[in-house]
Amino acid sequence: MMTQGGGMGIKLPFEKVVEQHGGTVLRVCRVILGVHDAQDAWSETFLAAMRAYPDLPDDANAEAWLVTIAHRKAIDVLRARKRQPAPVEQLPEAPSSLGVPGAEDGDLWHAVAALPEKQRQAVAYHYVAGLAYAEIAGLLGGTTDAARRAAADGIKNLRKNYQGATTEGAPS
Amino acid sequence: MNISPDYFASPADPDTLDELKRRLGLAAEAEGLLDVAYTTVDSPVGSLLLAATPKGLVRVAYDIEDHDRVLDTLAQRVSPRVLRAPKRLDAAARELDEYFSRRRRVFDLPLDLSLSKGFRQLVQRHLPEIGYGQTRTYGQVAQLVGNPKAVRAVGTACATNPLPLVVPCHRVLPANGTPGRYVGGPAAKVTLLTLEAAA
Repeated sequence: MMTQGGGMGIKLPFEKVVEQHGGTVLRVCRVILGVHDAQDAWSETFLAAMRAYPDLPDDANAEAWLVTIAHRKAIDVLRARKRQPAPVEQLPEAPSSLGVPGAEDGDLWHAVAALPEKQRQAVAYHYVAGLAYAEIAGLLGGTTDAARRAAADGIKNLRKNYQGATTEGAPS
Repeated sequence: MNISPDYFASPADPDTLDELKRRLGLAAEAEGLLDVAYTTVDSPVGSLLLAATPKGLVRVAYDIEDHDRVLDTLAQRVSPRVLRAPKRLDAAARELDEYFSRRRRVFDLPLDLSLSKGFRQLVQRHLPEIGYGQTRTYGQVAQLVGNPKAVRAVGTACATNPLPLVVPCHRVLPANGTPGRYVGGPAAKVTLLTLEAAA
């Protein structure tokens, strides 16, 4: 797209990619993995992205590309969790030093963590990253309709399990 | 629909992202991916951008050169793997600070001259022979590099010096006694010459 570099053969400094998309990728990782693992997934995503960046086509959509990498990194984390014997969907109660949303949002993150994996991914990729359902279907497998349904079901479940989602949601 | 991207944001995100970016710089350096590291420092001649490859300091840029445009050029001509990662520039920042506080007369930094080619690079290699507090005319520098007729080309080499301050193009003046042009603007050139003359 034009805003990526403004012309043929022009690639932005990677620093600009981090500045423009770092926040979105952090929120995507947080929705998929919870606060605890989101930062490691972010780090692995951007390190892998920096490695591959010179080969990214100049007109590529950098954010969709980053979300694709984050998706793969998050799957690695989720698989590693499933191999662990310990309880897996538990989020830390006490805020750690970095990136933990305020304590009053604790219920939101429990509600997010309680979503089935596909719904959580669909919500993250559509509502946080802004991907089209066809792109999400490409990531998750299955049809565009299935991706749309997973996102809708995810939002419905969030509303049911987290009051804040209906009473004081962010503006659309 | 009242679910927006901001809905999953946190007030702590800016601090978290700063810390994650700092860690990314360290990890990229460790993995050999940090092709261009840069930082900006304040100075008596305004904000300076310092950029280095693993080989050495590759660019010093004045504010009036537009730091964003300088970074775009580095991404195109050196590598798009450009990150703000101040650690690699620690020595350069320290030596510049010493220079501006008159505690340093000679820079002792590894340089990467890959942004200039041919005759321009030849001129830039010779410029450090003009000592602190001294000046030469463009014509004298043309003689110094063994090409006395190339006065205009010496002017171009000075104007396109990718490493001003460290490669002292500010010590080259027109024969008419005026300070002449400078990549950092004429006022910056006068500031540097005054600083060196007072020492």
